Amino acid sequence: MSLINYSSREINCKIVYYGPGLGGKTTNIQYVYDKLNPDTKGKLVSLATEMDRTLFFDFLPLELGTVKGFKTRFHLYTVPGQVYYNASRKLILRGVDGLVFVADSDEHRIDANLECLYNLHDNLAEHKLDLKDIPLVMQWNKRDMPSALPVAEMEAELNPESHNSYEAIAIKGDGVFDTLKAVSKMVLHKLN
Amino acid sequence: MPKADWAIFEEDYWAINSVLSDLLKSSNSQSSLLIDRTGQLITNAGTPPEFDVVAFASLCAADFEANSQLAKLIGEKDFSTLYHQGVEESMYLSRIARDVILVVLFDKSTTLGLVRLRVKRSVDELSAIFDQLFEKLEYRNEEYDDPLADSDFTEGVEAEIDSLFAD
Repeated sequence: MSLINYSSREINCKIVYYGPGLGGKTTNIQYVYDKLNPDTKGKLVSLATEMDRTLFFDFLPLELGTVKGFKTRFHLYTVPGQVYYNASRKLILRGVDGLVFVADSDEHRIDANLECLYNLHDNLAEHKLDLKDIPLVMQWNKRDMPSALPVAEMEAELNPESHNSYEAIAIKGDGVFDTLKAVSKMVLHKLN
Repeated sequence: MPKADWAIFEEDYWAINSVLSDLLKSSNSQSSLLIDRTGQLITNAGTPPEFDVVAFASLCAADFEANSQLAKLIGEKDFSTLYHQGVEESMYLSRIARDVILVVLFDKSTTLGLVRLRVKRSVDELSAIFDQLFEKLEYRNEEYDDPLADSDFTEGVEAEIDSLFAD
């Protein structure tokens, strides 16, 4: 839920990384955190299990410079990938302004990707939101896997509506910033 | 009207801060924060917290949201207040109108009873301010410059995005 605060001259927007378990959502945020200048990022908060699986969410606030007297801030969240934690996934979607769907390119994970995409629709519906109204970017992650499905197949299976999509190897940082750049610009244009 | 989902204007900010300052004085608490339920900090009053307030705000919203689901599971509509007791510092959270959360941080120099009593009064006052604010958003805010309607602003932010998110 975007908020303009005229007193502190700030604009805040919320971007959520969604996708199946072990698909690389936290890796995306971790890469952004590692690469950015300390002045522009806040604390990376991770509510994870002992096994480093996201339990509730990861959270990273990013601050852009001041433009025309207003500071723009993007709050990045990931949801837990495991279906077991669906109740928490649902909560994180409250007030979402933009979405990144991080799909696992491994051919064995195609069903998990599809299931998660349906689950995203269902969870948004519970907040009375529709995917048609929210900027969405698809990320085809783990492109370096020998078992990666061809991009054309990923597009046909998971992206029939032709949302913007980016290939990525999040662990190396490939495609991470391209994805984030695309979704943040889409959020900005939606507000405009 | 701003295209953002909602906005806080200067005069509302001062009205809100005056309620928060009175609350801190009358309840003998250290600081208070207003957070929306998506985890964005609206304002804080009193002794500036030494911790990371942005992270704190997102965790408070998550805390509230998780508890609200717990409430539903046991057949309640919501838990409108939450209390976390520490050895030295404690916090009291209360839902006010329009999905905004009030958080009060206090130590042993006051009591939970007093904080709860004073928060109750402030919640009514703040709810009235937020109700008015949302009415204003619906009907009349043409006089406010909407930064998002300005194409120079969008271009400026886009340039910021490009420079910040460059590999």
